[in-house]
Amino acid sequence: MNKFQKNRSGIKSWLNPWGYGIERIAYWLMRITGIGLLIYFIIHIYETSSILDGKAAWNKMLELTQTTEGHIILMIVIGMSTFHAINGIRIMLGHGGIGVGKPGRPDYPYLPKSQNMKNKLCIYAAIGLAALAMLYGAEIMFSE
Amino acid sequence: MAAVKSNEDNKSNFRNKTLPTVLFKIARFNPVTDLRMKFIDYKVEYENWSTVLDALLMIKHKIDPSLALRYSCRQASCGSCGMMINGKPRLACFTKINEVKSDVIRIEPMNNFPIIRDLAVDLTKMFRNHKKLKPYIIRSDSEIPDFSTSKEFLQDPDSIEQYIQFANCIKCGLCNSVCPTMATDSSFIGPQALTQAYRYVSDNRDKGKKTRLKIIDDKHGIWRCHFAGSCSKVCPKGVDPAMAIQFLRGYLLGFR
Repeated sequence: MNKFQKNRSGIKSWLNPWGYGIERIAYWLMRITGIGLLIYFIIHIYETSSILDGKAAWNKMLELTQTTEGHIILMIVIGMSTFHAINGIRIMLGHGGIGVGKPGRPDYPYLPKSQNMKNKLCIYAAIGLAALAMLYGAEIMFSE
Repeated sequence: MAAVKSNEDNKSNFRNKTLPTVLFKIARFNPVTDLRMKFIDYKVEYENWSTVLDALLMIKHKIDPSLALRYSCRQASCGSCGMMINGKPRLACFTKINEVKSDVIRIEPMNNFPIIRDLAVDLTKMFRNHKKLKPYIIRSDSEIPDFSTSKEFLQDPDSIEQYIQFANCIKCGLCNSVCPTMATDSSFIGPQALTQAYRYVSDNRDKGKKTRLKIIDDKHGIWRCHFAGSCSKVCPKGVDPAMAIQFLRGYLLGFR
């Protein structure tokens, strides 16, 4: 069976968040921020392990974070962690069946109750708070 | 007589009416003869009430009889005519050409299902997963050996409301087609089967909850759902698989 016959949408299905509402965008952002935070975590371990090479090595490593590029990366990390944490709480509650609506006879045009306003507001709040946290972080870092 | 004349005038006007046209770009692929999928253009006239399925059948009957597609009821009851319409999984019989709001309509087979030919996909795996989750009432006294001692399994209206929404599933496969997990994990049970598991778990006549939860508590089972919610967005019957899956997971996590 070749790839055309298998007809799987594959990883491009993860990469394209458009066309299925804010919930699919939240799913996409959750993946992107999760991968981003994992990469940051690995870099962070490498960064902090420099202290094993003495004070001079540690200070040299810290200098890298005090550049404009370093500040921008940290700003992105702040945004990623804020969104991932808040949206993560929404998803954890949702996974337990909390806040996903009550079953009942559906009426046309069949708006799904699992994608109710509470869920949408949580996603918008996660995006908004991530943006605010980034701005606050930028204000502190760039005003030094 | 005047009435007859007027009727004939109407008929004449109807025949002379210029109908709008739409360009269909239809994916064609025969796994036996073709190495890759190709798109063929068909220009068709349509009425205000024409559905995508009407247009496809017109193409099949008048332009290209070799076009392969699956359909049956033409009223969103059988779940046969699921396909990608301008990139989104929809039922062809439940999608009017007008509502697509485009002069070009791209038709492809449903994603995440192997292609049999052109727009007809193989639903075997979906039905196998559906069957695996025992889509029937399980209880020790479900077989009635003696009619004189048998009794009806009574149920009040509130209990019916708990599952009736999920019983609306027509097994069209649109939810499996849009699911991002199904796109990369070919062993995932899928939103359709998981929803049907919840349909029976939430039925108070059923005693098979433990059996079903054991089946879905698997590395390719319910844990692979990440609540993207697109399954509920595309469901043509308002089943809301995302809701059913989260409720089902709530049992495994001890929330319910």
